[in-house]
This record gives sequence, structure tokens and C-alpha cells, in this order.
Amino acid sequence: MVKTFACSFTATNLDARSGITSVVEELRSLGVPGPRVDEVQIALTEAVNNVVEHAYAGSAPGDVRIRGELHPERLWISIQDAGAPFQAGILPEGRPADVDVPIEDLPEGGFGWFLIRELASQVQYERTDGNNNLSLCFEIQVTGQSADA
Amino acid sequence: MSLTTTMTDGAQIVKVNAERIDAAMAIQFKEDMRTETESGPDRVILDLSEVQFIDSSGLGAIVAAMKQLGSGRKLDLAGLTPMVEKVFRLTRMDTIFDLYASLSDATAPADANS
Repeated sequence: MVKTFACSFTATNLDARSGITSVVEELRSLGVPGPRVDEVQIALTEAVNNVVEHAYAGSAPGDVRIRGELHPERLWISIQDAGAPFQAGILPEGRPADVDVPIEDLPEGGFGWFLIRELASQVQYERTDGNNNLSLCFEIQVTGQSADA
Repeated sequence: MSLTTTMTDGAQIVKVNAERIDAAMAIQFKEDMRTETESGPDRVILDLSEVQFIDSSGLGAIVAAMKQLGSGRKLDLAGLTPMVEKVFRLTRMDTIFDLYASLSDATAPADANS
């Protein structure tokens, strides 16, 4: 059995926070184990931060739409926005930040794509009809009531 | 954003009274840390025990807070919840800071025999 949920919000940092919090509560109520919910929350937050900071940069913040599909063994989360496409239509590689440097040269950002790629088992991207569609997959073992029930 | 400061022997303890250090508050956190730590002991301990969630913006803000202390001063982190610890470990920032499981671990004498 597949369970789905959805939410949408305006691409600002504060609206993103409440939207992400509602997704997290949904995942907990569907029986996704706590540590996995944490990992999904990290990757989802980084993806949404990118929409707020880059896709709608220089324009009025548009909508972010999130859909979730919970299968017995995996969770797909898709994030859609109508902002600017990724450069050359390609997702960033997400290399780990170099921390073996003097303190004053330590990175203060650029961790987002690394975290997404580290935590999601699959990442897919499509640009269709002026929308960015990013889908993240997570392997999940649902606890509590059986997903087949 | 609310930070609470306590002075102990040789260290300033700054407690973060927030559940999240995310993109909505990272800049404020960095500025508040600058104000709180403008002067004071060389060692600052950041008590993160209330923080349930941090993202890369929050992580960057903690790195910035360490850098703005300047040379000769040190930022240690205490009371990391499992989620916060995971973000530090994944990004290898756990190798940059001294991490303590709790505030009492962070303030315990370094050498019990001395």
C-alpha cells in the first residue's frame, strides 16, 4: 500500500520551516523511524533552502510544492518549484567540503548538495513546463503498524 | 533567537535557547554570537542541548562564530543531540571542533590527576 501526502508554501525561510515541519510530523505519524525522519528532514531542508536561495533568487518568492509517497520499503519526496532551472540543467555534484584547511579558510556553506547526495539513495531531476521537479528517494523500514495492513 | 551566557572558571558558556538553527535564523545566530563573545575568556563552550535540528546554514553560522572569535580563542561544542551530531559527522566538521556529550563533560577538569 502506498500512502501519499502533500503540502505547499511560499519560498521564504520562515514558510519553508513550517512546511518542512509539517512534512516531518506526517512522516512520524506514518511510522517512519525517528533517525530516518531526521535524515529525510536534513536532505529535504537542503533542497528547499536551494529553492529559496537560488531558484527564486532575484524574483518574488513563488511556491514550493512537496509531495510524498511512502511505499513499504521506500519513501519518495518530490519538490517542485517554478523558479530558475539548475545551471545547464544539471544538478550540482555535491563534493564534500574541504575541512583540512586553516581555520580562517573553513567553508561556511556549500554543504547542501553533499548532504542531499549522502542521505538520499536516488536523486532525480526534470525540468518540465517551467518547473523544477526534484525527487529524492530514501530506503525506509516502516515500524509500528504494517504497511500492508 | 535567544542565547544565554554563563561565566565559569576559564570559560564562557553560551546556551542556544532554540530548537532549530536553520536558514531562517542563521544570520541572526551569527550576529548574536558576535555580540555575546565580543570580549571574554579564550574558551567559549556552545551548549547545543536544546537544538533538535540544524541545517547547512546553521552549521555555517557555527563555523563563522568560531572564526570571528579570532586566533587564540576556541569554540567547543557541548550537548549535541543525535541529529545535530549526525550533520557534524557527515560534513566532517566533527574533526574541526572539540565535541562533548554534555556540558558537564565540557567543563570537567581536563586531567583528573592534576
